[in-house]
Amino acid sequence: MITDFVPLFIMILLALGLALTLLKLQQWLGPYQPGKIKGSPYESGQDPVGSARERYSIKFYLVAMIFIVFDVELVFLYPWAVSFGEFLQAGGGAALGALAVVGLFLFILVVGLIYDIKKGGLDWD
Amino acid sequence: MYDFLLADTARVLPILVVAAVGIAVILLDAFRNDSPSIPWLAGAGLVAAFVLEGFKLYDPQVAFFGQVYSGGAAAFANMVVLLGALGSVVLSVPYLKRIGHNYGEVHALILFATVGMMTLASAGSLITLFVGLETMSVCLYVLTGLVREEKGANESALKYFLLGAFSTGFFLYGIALLYGATGTMLFSEMVEGLAVTERTGIFVGGVALLLIGFLFKVSAVPFHMWTPDVYQGAPTTLTGFMSTASKAAAFAALVVVLARALPVDLVAGEVQITLSVVAAVTMVVGNVIALAQTNVKRMLAYSSIAHAGYILAGLAAGTGEGYGGALFYLLAYTVMNVGAFGVLAALEWDKEQGAIQDIESLAGSGYRQPILGVTMGVFLFALTGFPPLAGFIGKYLVFAAAVDAGLTWLAVVGVLASVVSAYYYLRILVVMWMKPETDAPEAARQPFALATSTTVVLSLCALLLLILGVMPGGVIEAAQSYFDAGAIVAGR
Repeated sequence: MITDFVPLFIMILLALGLALTLLKLQQWLGPYQPGKIKGSPYESGQDPVGSARERYSIKFYLVAMIFIVFDVELVFLYPWAVSFGEFLQAGGGAALGALAVVGLFLFILVVGLIYDIKKGGLDWD
Repeated sequence: MYDFLLADTARVLPILVVAAVGIAVILLDAFRNDSPSIPWLAGAGLVAAFVLEGFKLYDPQVAFFGQVYSGGAAAFANMVVLLGALGSVVLSVPYLKRIGHNYGEVHALILFATVGMMTLASAGSLITLFVGLETMSVCLYVLTGLVREEKGANESALKYFLLGAFSTGFFLYGIALLYGATGTMLFSEMVEGLAVTERTGIFVGGVALLLIGFLFKVSAVPFHMWTPDVYQGAPTTLTGFMSTASKAAAFAALVVVLARALPVDLVAGEVQITLSVVAAVTMVVGNVIALAQTNVKRMLAYSSIAHAGYILAGLAAGTGEGYGGALFYLLAYTVMNVGAFGVLAALEWDKEQGAIQDIESLAGSGYRQPILGVTMGVFLFALTGFPPLAGFIGKYLVFAAAVDAGLTWLAVVGVLASVVSAYYYLRILVVMWMKPETDAPEAARQPFALATSTTVVLSLCALLLLILGVMPGGVIEAAQSYFDAGAIVAGR
C-alpha cells in the first residue's frame, strides 16, 4: 500500500533538496553588490510611482462580483458540453433531458442577468 | 431509461413550485420595482406548496434514487417550514414598509431560503443535505443584513456569515469522513456500507463533526454564541423566520440522519449520551442567561436556544415517539415564535431607537394595543408550556419520550429549566399589562394603526396554538407514525 508511494516521496525530497541547495549555492558563490537601482521593485523597466495601495472606485466591486458569478457558472457548461455526445448516443430522450436541465440552468442565469440590468447593476454612473 | 425523471420531478413538486415563484418574484421585481403585488405572489406560491405537501402527508416516497425523501416526515417538516415562511412574508409587509425597507427582493430571498429549508428537510443523502443547508444559509445571511445602513445589522450579518461559514467547514469535513468511512452518500445505504468497511475512527469522527454542524445550525450550547447577536440585529419579522423555519428544517434533517442513516446501537449509545448532555446544558444555559436580559429580542433569542434544548431532549430519546414529539414541538414552536416576533415587530415605532431595545419600552402597551397584548399573552404562555396551549403538548411529548428511553434525569432538568423560563416570559406580560404607561419612553407611546394583515396572522397563530393544544391527537399520531421501527425499514 504505502510502499507504492515511495518513488513519489523520493521525488518530492529531490525537488525540495534541489531548490533549497540552489538557493544556498547562489548565496555562497554569487557576487553580492547591492545598489539603488538593483534594489528597486521590478516594474518592466519603469520607475514605480506611488503606493500600490491606491483607492479605486467601489463600482469595480459590483462588476467584479457579477463577473465572478457568470464566469464560474460558465465552467459548469464545459463538462456538460463534453458529455453531451454520450447522451446523444444513449438515446431514449436522454439528450433531450440533458438539454432541458442545462436550459433550466441557463434560464435561471438569464433571470439573474435581467435583474442585474434592470436594477442598474451595470450602469457605471 | 429516463422514465423516472418525470415521476420523481412530480414528487419534489412543492419545492419546485416555491423555487419557480421565487424566480417569478425576481423577474417581477426587476420590471416593477418593489411592486405591492410581490408579497401576494410569494404568499400564493407558499400556500400552493403547503397544499401540495398536505396531500403527501401520509404517502412517504423516495425520489431520485434515494437522494430525496418525499412525503411523510419530509412533508410534515416542509409544511412547518412553509407555515413559518408564510407568516413571515405576511408580517414583513407592514413592518418593512414602516422601517422603509420594503424591497421586493426580501420576499424572493425568503422564498429561496424556504427552498433550501425544504430541500434540507427532505434530504436523503449527504449531498442533498449540504445543498439545502447552504441554499438556506446564504439567503439568511443576506436577510440578516437587510438594513444595510445600520451598524448593528451589518455586525449581525457579518458575524452570522463568518460563524456560519466556519460551521459549514465542520459539516463538510463530517460529510467527507462519512463518505470515506462508508463509501456512500445515501442515508439508506450507510449502515450496509459500514458493514463492509467496519466501524473505524474515521466514521465516528465523521458523525461527531456532522453533529457539530447540526448543533451550530440549531444553536445548541456550546455553539450558541452567534444567536443573540444575530437575532438582535436582524429585522424582527425575519428574526422570527430564521429562528423558526431554519430550526425546523435543521432539526428535521437531524432526525432523518439519526433515524435512517446511523447504526441503531450508535444512536442508542454514544450519540444518545452526547445529545442528552448537550440538551441538558442547552436548556439550563439558555433559560438562565435569558433571565438577565433586558432586551426583549435577546431574551427571545436565549429562549430559542432553550427550546432547541427541549427538542434535543426528544431527539436524545432516539425512539419513534421522541422523533415524532420533536416534529410536533417544531410545529408548535414555529407558530408561537413567529407570533411572538410578529408582536414585537408591530410594536416597533420607527427604524432607529424604536427598534425595541429595552423591555421598559413595552410598558402599558397591552392597553394601547389590546390585540397585540392578548396574542402576546397566548404566545408567551405557550412558550412557557402552559396547558391548554400547544407548547405544553410539545414539551410533554419530548419529555415523556425521554423518560421512556430511560433519560429521566434529562426530563427532570428540562421541567426545572422551564419553570425558570416562566419568570422571564411572564415578565414581558407584567410589563405590557401591569406597568404604568409612563415608564415607556415618550416616542413609544404614540398611537399607531395596526395593519390588518398583522392582526389576522397573529390571531390565526394564537388560534392555531389553542387548537393544537386542545385537539392535538391527529397531528401527534401522524408525527409519531413516521419514525416507528416498521416505518423506517419500509422507507429504506
